[in-house]
Amino acid sequence: MSNVKYLILRRVSQITLLVLYFGANAYGWKMLAGTMSSSSVLEKIPLSDPFAVLQMLAAGAVLTFDVILGAMIIALFYGIIGGRAFCSWVCPVNMVTDAANWLRRKLYMDKIERKVWMSRNIRYYMIILALVVSFVSGLAAFEIISPITILNRGVIFGFGAGAGLLVAIFLFDLFVLKNGWCGHICPLGGVHSIIGKYSLIRVKHNSDNCTLCMKCKEVCPEVQVLDMIGKRSEFVVKQECTNCGRCVDVCNDDALGFSIRNYLKQ
Amino acid sequence: MNDTIKKPQISERRKFFTNIAHNAGLGVMGGLLWAGYADKAKGSTLTLRPPGALKEEDFLSACIKCGLCAEACVNRPSNISKLTGKPRPGTLKMAKAKDDVTIGTPFFVAADIPCYMCEDIPCVPVCPTGALDLASLTNKNNELDFRLMDMGIAVVDPNSCIAFWGIQCDACYRACPLMDEAIKLEYDRNERTGKHAFLKPIIVMDICTGCGLCEKACVTEKPAIFIQPREIALGKPGDHYVKGWDSKDEQRAVSQEAKDVTTKTERSEKGAADYLNEGVDFE
Repeated sequence: MSNVKYLILRRVSQITLLVLYFGANAYGWKMLAGTMSSSSVLEKIPLSDPFAVLQMLAAGAVLTFDVILGAMIIALFYGIIGGRAFCSWVCPVNMVTDAANWLRRKLYMDKIERKVWMSRNIRYYMIILALVVSFVSGLAAFEIISPITILNRGVIFGFGAGAGLLVAIFLFDLFVLKNGWCGHICPLGGVHSIIGKYSLIRVKHNSDNCTLCMKCKEVCPEVQVLDMIGKRSEFVVKQECTNCGRCVDVCNDDALGFSIRNYLKQ
Repeated sequence: MNDTIKKPQISERRKFFTNIAHNAGLGVMGGLLWAGYADKAKGSTLTLRPPGALKEEDFLSACIKCGLCAEACVNRPSNISKLTGKPRPGTLKMAKAKDDVTIGTPFFVAADIPCYMCEDIPCVPVCPTGALDLASLTNKNNELDFRLMDMGIAVVDPNSCIAFWGIQCDACYRACPLMDEAIKLEYDRNERTGKHAFLKPIIVMDICTGCGLCEKACVTEKPAIFIQPREIALGKPGDHYVKGWDSKDEQRAVSQEAKDVTTKTERSEKGAADYLNEGVDFE
């Protein structure tokens, strides 16, 4: 069981949030209402997606105090504590792409696939593109195609034809490109990478314990962040690490674990 | 041999510029596709928005698609069915891909579930972005006032409205939450029979909020009274037509006159109002 501990915790976190959102609409619960674009906690604390707020600004909306505060709360939480944890602990699309990735391994897709290469930096260009298109069209551009809110709203208000996009992403990740959506394209992942760059909670590698089994690299959705495995004992500091903890789960040698980055010592 | 099939070498400099062209090209391609879709995604101009919504263009840029309005609508106390104790379907829906409304934005279809014009207007104060503007629904006494709602306007098709045929029906008139204010009945003599009356529903433009209860109540197969956004349903006469019999409107002409006249000739020295209205008394 110990090799799925964080996986289970993450699923519990993701599903609990969806259940709370669902209950807010279906039963009038107040704990967490709205969607991941913007929520209200106990009808008091606003939470907003910083990227959505940026796009609104680009689209020419006049921002209210509530959304600015909400976006700041989210940015501060992930910026100081969680890192890019949104992607692996909150975002429901993570469950879709993880399923694709799991099936990929089961089908040995990597063994038969024609190599498709895409830069993992596309997500950062997507951010810029989203802001430009928002500015030109007067419409928050990523929010009209975001599979994250489509899935989120689908759970709360019922699915429409937008569910096709989720199937497309599943198939893309399964047959076209490993970790294609979350690891290459999604601009929200890019935003959270940037926000979480200096966060405190990080995976720490102890290369003395490492037996070079490379199981961590097999499961890691952002494998480039694990470049120190077996070489140097240090924190995984690259911003694309989602703090998903899969590497910690699969490591049988106690060479990986969550820790708190200590800026004072450095 | 090697010399003849040698790959063309490119300099670092050339590589640099080619890379920029490559990335810029991809960016422009993606951007054009995206912007094209965004333009299409703006959806139908016939969309009815929740109370207090900003002008459609501003609304689209300000709405963050959180759904708090729709949740407040469905879970309002007045929507809990007394029979089942559960909420009935709410008025506000969040647009899905097939709805011809910008995806994720709230709207309503009056013929399905109209707006019940709640006194406390639960859908508006919860909006975090001001896309639903609380100020537009607040009256002089600083209270929420559902009479200030303006989601659209009812339009009657007199050809299919059976009241215009002479059949007695005042379903819309009675369904209206602002009865005898937003819809008035105009009495008219039925010349065909010589002894009956027409009771024709007439919409009072300034009062009607576009809630859609009339559309829901209409008895004809396809409603003969229905809600349209004001920008669609209403015309605009232009500033240069003045109701000369209305002293307030006449004032508009007087104040406009100073701005309008650009040339002064012997003939235009005196404004038209000066001689046309000579000796006329306004109330």
